[in-house]
Amino acid sequence: MYTKDGNSYFIVDGHVHIWDGREANLRNVHGKQFIDCFYDYHRNLSPEDVVWDYDTYTYYGGERLMRDLFVDGYVDHAIFQATLLSDFYINGFGQTEEAFGLAQRHPDKLTYNHAYDPRNGEAGLAQLRRDAERMNLQGVKLYTAEWHGDSRGYKLDEPWSRRYLEECIELGIRNIHVHKGPTIRPLDRDAFDVADIDKVATDYLELNFIVEHVGLPRLEDFCWIATQESNVYGGLAVAIPFIHTRPRYFAQIIGELLYWIGEDKILFASDYALWTPKWLVEKFVDFQIPEDMLGEYAPITVDQKRKILGLNAAALYDIDVPAELRLATPGQDTVDVAAGAKEAVPL
Amino acid sequence: MTVTAVSLESEILAALDTVADPELDQPITELGFVRSVSIADDGVTVHLRLPTAFCSPNFAYLMASDAYDALRALDGIGEVRVLLDDHHDSDKINEGLAAEAGYVGTFGGEAEESLDELRTKFLRKAHTAAMERCVSALMRRKKLGPNEIHQLTLRDLPDGREKSALLRRRFALGLSMCPNSKVVVGDDGHPLPDEAVPMRLRFARSVRISMEGNAHFCRGLLATRYDDGGVATPQFTNTRTRSSR
Repeated sequence: MYTKDGNSYFIVDGHVHIWDGREANLRNVHGKQFIDCFYDYHRNLSPEDVVWDYDTYTYYGGERLMRDLFVDGYVDHAIFQATLLSDFYINGFGQTEEAFGLAQRHPDKLTYNHAYDPRNGEAGLAQLRRDAERMNLQGVKLYTAEWHGDSRGYKLDEPWSRRYLEECIELGIRNIHVHKGPTIRPLDRDAFDVADIDKVATDYLELNFIVEHVGLPRLEDFCWIATQESNVYGGLAVAIPFIHTRPRYFAQIIGELLYWIGEDKILFASDYALWTPKWLVEKFVDFQIPEDMLGEYAPITVDQKRKILGLNAAALYDIDVPAELRLATPGQDTVDVAAGAKEAVPL
Repeated sequence: MTVTAVSLESEILAALDTVADPELDQPITELGFVRSVSIADDGVTVHLRLPTAFCSPNFAYLMASDAYDALRALDGIGEVRVLLDDHHDSDKINEGLAAEAGYVGTFGGEAEESLDELRTKFLRKAHTAAMERCVSALMRRKKLGPNEIHQLTLRDLPDGREKSALLRRRFALGLSMCPNSKVVVGDDGHPLPDEAVPMRLRFARSVRISMEGNAHFCRGLLATRYDDGGVATPQFTNTRTRSSR
């Protein structure tokens, strides 16, 4: 919980990791390139006083995570998003058992989302059934640009991916977090294209599709499909750190999101340990659309911030919110359709 | 250093200026993607660099092969070598360029036909963003509302950087350059029904913001990765002894 100016906010961090990018875990040069790329994101977009040294960054473990999120970071509940990257790391990048074990010890604070790869075919489906039961999965995180043997990516609307999504419905896995990446076959097309999310969101209304990083680097394509689909959400991870380095630019991003997808479908996330939640929460609560942009974007209200910082994710994951931290009149404040969705007609 | 050599350097830079990052619609020279240029007797070697090892390989290839083509067109340049540094597909792309294998030859089974469609898609985005910049600037200056812009023609736009940028994008896409052409058009260049114009502009704003945001990421990450404060000027070395090209 975070309190400022008499207003209290229930905080759900929708995207956190425990990873191991240490040298001993690198399978090849790509593992090194990947953790170095993460570290550059961390260094470039964090305030100087919260930048970690490289060694701490490659592995920090569960104890540090608990402190950064729940002691220092105001977070009430956090959701692990698995990032396997088995082709790059000997024991995977995201530490499945460590994160899952931590979530088992702190079920009130942590939810563990696992991952699957539809290119594993029938064997992967059987594994998904076992994982869903053992881990009591409510959600999965899919990285569509994950390398897998000769393949360097897949689309969500491919036949095997559809079978996995249908299995998720059977297994009670409701929340499908999607992270787009740079590689896909064929390379002729834009790998970041979100059209496949559009297709499966239309076909599987029982599922919620949370597009991580609000579709970046294709914010506009994401906004456009999110207006058309009632079950598409946007996770703010990677977009929200601009609040520090480029606050005027962040105003435009959040302004666009509020216009196109609306206040009920935007989820706060730090992407810990890419960034730590403490400063993100503080700055987001303090944030306001600059005065000279008020012609283009409406000011952000306290209740909108409450929804984005925690209440929206709490609703998706059935997380119990203390009565005093809920909206004064739940339901009545719900905006079913964003302004952009009302006006948008296919061009 | 001879006069000829100086002029070859500026010719090389001018050639590289014509190569743009398709996602950002900015020249690779301004973005700091040209790491070094070395001129020797037998030819020229250019090293390119990108903000991350995981930048899209298709765009990486496009920029590297565009740079190669732009340099090859220069008189007397000799052999052209373009090398992409520190990328997950560096070896593949560098070998493909050296062998003049083309896109399909470079990526083998991962390639189907060509990158033409991808290129066109991003030219359209660049045009949409340029259109929005022109119209929004005019709306601010003349206090126009979104319902008053459907009749705007190219001749209504004041001359300047934004208008030139729009005209360049229209030219690249083969759209009408006639001063009487409507400014707010669809991706196909055709005017829209009056009532569809405000939403087209609204979406164009998202395209522009998205592209600008990507540029912020790329410039920031490049500066952090190479720890040079984002200095955009490539390092030149010239060991060429012959004066005539």
